[in-house]
Amino acid sequence: MTRKMVTIDGNEAAAYIAHKTNEICAIYPITPSSNMGEHADAFSAQGRKNIWGTVPTVEEMQSEGGAAGAVHGALQTGALTTTFTASQGLLLMIPNMYKIAGELTSTVFHVSARSLAAQALSIFGDHSDVMSTRSTGWGMLAANSVQEVMDSALIAQATTLQARVPFIHFFDGFRTSHEVMKIEQLSDDDIKAMIDDEWVIAHRSRGMNPNSPVLRGTAQNPDVYFQGRETVNPYYEAAPEIVQKTMDRFAKIVGRQYHLFDYVGAEDADRVIIIMGSGAETVEETVNHMIAQGEKVGMLKVRLFRPFSIKHFISALPASVKQIAVLDRTKEPGGAGEPMYQDVVTAFSEAALEDYYQFEGTPRIIGGRYGLSSKEFTPAMIKAIYDELLKDKPKNHFTIGINDDVSHTSLDYDPEYRTDKGDVFRGLFYGLGADGTVGANKNSIKIIGEGTENYAQGHFVYDSKKSGSTTTSHLRFGKGKIQSTYLIEKANFIACHQYELLEQFDILDKAEDGATFLLNSHLSKDEIWGDLSRKYQKQIVDKKLKFYVIDAVTVAKETGMGMRINTIMQTCFFAISGILSKEESIAKIKGAIKKTYGNKGEAIVEKNFHAVDQSVANLFQVDVPSTLNGSDATRLIVPEAAPEFVQKVTAEIIAGRGDDIPVSGMPIDGTWPTATTQWEKRNIALEVPVWEPDVCIQCNKCALVCPHAAIRPKVADADAFKDSPETLKHIGAKGKGWEGDDPQYILQVAVEDCTGCNVCVEVCPARDKSNLSRKAINMAPQRPLRDAERVNWDFFTELPEIDRAAVKHETVKGAQLLQPLFEFSGACVGCGETPYVKLTSQLFGDRMVIANATGCSSIYGGNLPTTPWATNKAGRGPTWNNSLFEDNAEFGLGYRLTIDKHKEHAAEMMGLLKDDIGAELVDAITNASQSNEPEIFEQRARVKQMTDIVEKLDTPLAKQLLSVADNLVKKSVWIMGGDGWAYDIGYGGLDHVLASGKNVNVLVLDTEVYSNTGGQKSKATPMGAVAKFAAGGKPSGKKDLGMMAMSYKNVYVASVAMGSNDAQTVRAFMEAEAYEGPSLIIAYSQCIAHGIDMAKGMDQQKLAVDSAYWTLYRYNPMLAAEGKNPLKLDSKPPKKHVREYALNETRFTILSRIDPELSEHYMEASDKAAKEKYEYYAKLAAISYDED
Amino acid sequence: MRLSTKYMGLELKNPLVPSASPLTEKLDKIKVLEDNGASAVVLFSLFEEQIEQADSNLEHFMDYGTDSYAESLSFFPKAHEFMSGPEDYIENVAKIKAGVDIPIIASLNGATPGGWMEYAKKLEAAGADGLELNIHYLPVDFNETSADVEKRYTDIVSWVKDNVNIPVSVKIGPRFSSLPAVAKALEGVGADALVMFNRFYHPDIDLENLETKRQIQLSQARDIRLPMRWISILRGNVHMSFAASGGVHSAHDVLKLTMAGADVTMLTSALMTQGPELIKKIEEDLIVWMDENEYKSLEQMKGSMSLIHSPSPKTLVRDNYMRTLLDFQANNKF
Repeated sequence: MTRKMVTIDGNEAAAYIAHKTNEICAIYPITPSSNMGEHADAFSAQGRKNIWGTVPTVEEMQSEGGAAGAVHGALQTGALTTTFTASQGLLLMIPNMYKIAGELTSTVFHVSARSLAAQALSIFGDHSDVMSTRSTGWGMLAANSVQEVMDSALIAQATTLQARVPFIHFFDGFRTSHEVMKIEQLSDDDIKAMIDDEWVIAHRSRGMNPNSPVLRGTAQNPDVYFQGRETVNPYYEAAPEIVQKTMDRFAKIVGRQYHLFDYVGAEDADRVIIIMGSGAETVEETVNHMIAQGEKVGMLKVRLFRPFSIKHFISALPASVKQIAVLDRTKEPGGAGEPMYQDVVTAFSEAALEDYYQFEGTPRIIGGRYGLSSKEFTPAMIKAIYDELLKDKPKNHFTIGINDDVSHTSLDYDPEYRTDKGDVFRGLFYGLGADGTVGANKNSIKIIGEGTENYAQGHFVYDSKKSGSTTTSHLRFGKGKIQSTYLIEKANFIACHQYELLEQFDILDKAEDGATFLLNSHLSKDEIWGDLSRKYQKQIVDKKLKFYVIDAVTVAKETGMGMRINTIMQTCFFAISGILSKEESIAKIKGAIKKTYGNKGEAIVEKNFHAVDQSVANLFQVDVPSTLNGSDATRLIVPEAAPEFVQKVTAEIIAGRGDDIPVSGMPIDGTWPTATTQWEKRNIALEVPVWEPDVCIQCNKCALVCPHAAIRPKVADADAFKDSPETLKHIGAKGKGWEGDDPQYILQVAVEDCTGCNVCVEVCPARDKSNLSRKAINMAPQRPLRDAERVNWDFFTELPEIDRAAVKHETVKGAQLLQPLFEFSGACVGCGETPYVKLTSQLFGDRMVIANATGCSSIYGGNLPTTPWATNKAGRGPTWNNSLFEDNAEFGLGYRLTIDKHKEHAAEMMGLLKDDIGAELVDAITNASQSNEPEIFEQRARVKQMTDIVEKLDTPLAKQLLSVADNLVKKSVWIMGGDGWAYDIGYGGLDHVLASGKNVNVLVLDTEVYSNTGGQKSKATPMGAVAKFAAGGKPSGKKDLGMMAMSYKNVYVASVAMGSNDAQTVRAFMEAEAYEGPSLIIAYSQCIAHGIDMAKGMDQQKLAVDSAYWTLYRYNPMLAAEGKNPLKLDSKPPKKHVREYALNETRFTILSRIDPELSEHYMEASDKAAKEKYEYYAKLAAISYDED
Repeated sequence: MRLSTKYMGLELKNPLVPSASPLTEKLDKIKVLEDNGASAVVLFSLFEEQIEQADSNLEHFMDYGTDSYAESLSFFPKAHEFMSGPEDYIENVAKIKAGVDIPIIASLNGATPGGWMEYAKKLEAAGADGLELNIHYLPVDFNETSADVEKRYTDIVSWVKDNVNIPVSVKIGPRFSSLPAVAKALEGVGADALVMFNRFYHPDIDLENLETKRQIQLSQARDIRLPMRWISILRGNVHMSFAASGGVHSAHDVLKLTMAGADVTMLTSALMTQGPELIKKIEEDLIVWMDENEYKSLEQMKGSMSLIHSPSPKTLVRDNYMRTLLDFQANNKF
């Protein structure tokens, strides 16, 4: 029987089987498993049925804890139920997992294994998460490749129904989960043949049913709990054999034979590596290579890790083994060793007493750690481990792949060692996220994988920024199966899709001799050589590269493709890579275009065809001269002025050499310096704003809305502008008390940090009266401005900051003259969240303590290499931490508890030291009002005065006081996060914290969707919007979080949208901070997940408010205390239909393309709901609180 | 049958044809028009821009930001095959065709010869009885001559006529150096009817926000004089059907235009303001007027006041201009 070959990734392979073999999927998004749930949802939305003929229900929950609960309930009532998760999500499921196993319930959870947040969060792959569940009583089955994911998913499902032991089926996150591979797809017949209906019916019959009532979930006492726990033993004893039988049945049906432990290698091997997961593929590749060179090595793949069958394990190893290295992809600090190492040691120790033990004595067993957080694991490293095993005393508890110069655990390896086969195409493609390189490569893999006999593998690496991010695609094609689960180390094809990237990376360092190099450049084949740096010229000549250029940007423009160069570069790749003949490849590309765009009209297809033809016509091979005449100049990664840590560590990460940083270079406890984005000059904007002082009205709205703090005003004495750079622009400041030429106003753009989003130009209200197309800021190409503006920016940063007491913080103009302490983040171009975040830093930054929920804001706020949270001249600035996704409100409340406790304690100790400090000062400090910034600054001075005195005392009490004295100065606690946190996963905690009455400020950056994980619906998602898990438009309306908080009466609540009313936004932030209890600000934040032109984000905010889609209000309990109505409605009566807002957003317009009538229904219903909500708020705001 | 007319080969029970507007977008509204007596409808236009960009917009925003950051490789569900704008339109045409008995005339609106013209074939395949090509072009290129502009029109019409078998009308604007020559040229490339005229919506300036703003201006009854004049000039000299469009509000308007030479009179603004029942009313009023004035059929009066039949042809040409001004001066003595 021939099966369909498909090129898919591991997540899709798992989702495919899970969807075929379940009735219910209760899920919650978490990287890198989200796609599994999304695939399942998409399958159901397409009406795909499971093997029993019904379309599975996919239910998105509010957290993984909730998903696990729903799964447990569905299982207990007899449905075949599954979920998909990873990392912290899996941890949240652990309590239910104990229950599910304790109740001997059949289910499989599919896990794309990922690191756990410890000293830092990481979204990448290792086994930390699954290893944390090994005591839950679940079976654990590992898949090492995409094909194995599909196979094991089915084996796990078939096993659990027979064995009644629940299973975790796992594979490596961001390797197997995201690696696109050509695999054989199991058919419905295969799946049906693997699962007997009687098992399914038995599972259902165990479900709870009032017709035959039972009770589960009893509370048991010391008398019986223990015995009850032991009842399950026979099931665990039987499970391994059931798995093996199921694997044998699978082999009969499908042909691929698996074992609980699969040995590969020499029959007489003396050295063996034991490993689980994707790394096993690379070990196998290396073993085969080493055996071919005469070495006696072998490897054991652990597939069934739980229940761990010692007998099967021991029997799988050849008796010749003398030295064993057990590799764990996790770390258990303080343990006797990592989990699998311990199991292996235990296994040998136990088996030695059994008659099946085939060894003479005990082999030497060492354990090692590798591959944490997707750290590369290569043949060179594996060779080093085998070499280590040759030693008399090999290093135990070693690490491989890093340089541990602190505990000296790491093994050295020879990075030049390779197992590459000559007949495998190995291509590296460097591009930008925005240019479609990855999409084109995924398409190429499909073309080659599904259209030819070749095996195909694609792996994609993204950088840590959301704007201007670079991507690297690793593509392998070959006649044989591809087992290389590591990045390409030597490529025979390299494509650079963006000329600027030549400067950023060494694009050719991985080129092997004779490789082909394709470069997209604006320069012709005759001009290009002279423009290349010497570094590249030398590599091209020395490695004898075949060098091609294409001006893809021009071809794209001329063929009507706009900025999309992906089709053009893809065509060039096919034309010169030699994988297929030129004619065949062009025919196949055109076939793919027809498939993609066929339903979108002839015009688009024709346009793409034309682009393909023009690509070939404009692709030229460069005659490589032998003269090296390029420049030697290299760009500094960070300026010389950067601090030492930034030079030594941060710069290395920026340069892509983070893998080389030794353990000693890393902070020991996850503590990193702030204010480092300023050193990373990314130069990603093609165009930047240019200021026209004569037109400018100095309103500072541009600075307010700038997502990256890249356009900033300052007002300084005219004297300060002496010796200013030649091109620096400044003009007399306008404002109360400012007249004439002193002081001067300057609006400076950080052109190297700007992302070119255009939001500032869009909001600029000032126009040249004689030429209305000229605003006070206008976009212009960045490159010609770069050098001059770099100098201007440096001068600008040295200009003195304004006296904070001299400006009105509660106005937009005033607030924007305050220094932002959040700058140049990696947030998306045109991000709607960061302007609010930046505003808080301007108003309260020097005393802010921030708790940040996991999500976009924790990524642009805390993803290495650089951190946007900054410091002022005095060194003060926000201090920031991210605990988890679900606990952020509680985490922030903890800050407040500390501050209050330490303040109280400090006051107590001051009291005891009153005689030394002076009663007057103690009283002044204790009784100080700190309701505004000048008062806080005064208090800061008083506390300084006090600590100066106390420092001289040198007594234990004095030391105690000094350690907490700073808390006498008011601190501003901010709890920030997105709607996924505030409305869903963290809502319970948020609710509790608001109810606590404690003085914390909560900022909800409401994008109305899970932005960071890619657009899944949340309870903030509005009615009718299409999101993941709401593919047909969300049927229910958005939760009114503000109204819920207001019900407590003592919570300050504001709903803001700066694009509609910026003054109200600034006032709300000031009031929230001033309020001595809990405050909640819900901030409308546009997002690329809305599918809008991000430059127009602020216009959308305005439309949102004008249509009453979004309501502006402030609820201030202080007013109630004064006998006034606490609610102030800041929105004007609606004057537009919600449609006028919504139809600018793809999230709404998609639905009109799927189901126009439903879309129309939602539009009308949303408009009605919006107007009703407005009326309701208007009535509440109109209630008289006056007792008369 | 007294009101029946023949328009580009289509036998119509009366000359009252709602032209392309939001009223002719969906089946339910068209049914109401049919029930009120419309003899045919011109469907809401499919625009060149919609065809060329239809999905590039949706696609752009659905693709935007994808494959850039590891956690969010996409932002929208992949569950559906989206109907593109044009496909949606085509499907709608088929639905309308199946739902009404009167002839339906599809409308394609464009100005540049290109791929969008392919849709003429798809509209025919979807069941359209006729096709109206609405060529709406505003020249702003200072090197483009009037001959170049006219060639656009003939190129488009000629291609479409070569590729479809249903009758094709051309809706044009009134501003040509020589409208009769243009009409002749269009006749030469096979146009079956001329629809006169297109309305150009001229943008206004918003003094508060200092922006140009779009505004729909509905026609008024006096607007019929422009098509009336030109139809009467062309009638009998070029051999195509004529549709008068712009300003038809009453039976009197229909009578005048028919006398000038129109085969059908198209309605939009009046229907928008007075509702679809207006068709019925006009129909009744026509009969009353014809009875009172002893006309047997509409056909009898068609073209009776055209330039070649007019009892006072001078008033239709330059003489009219001079006399109008002189009369005006005579009546306005300050």
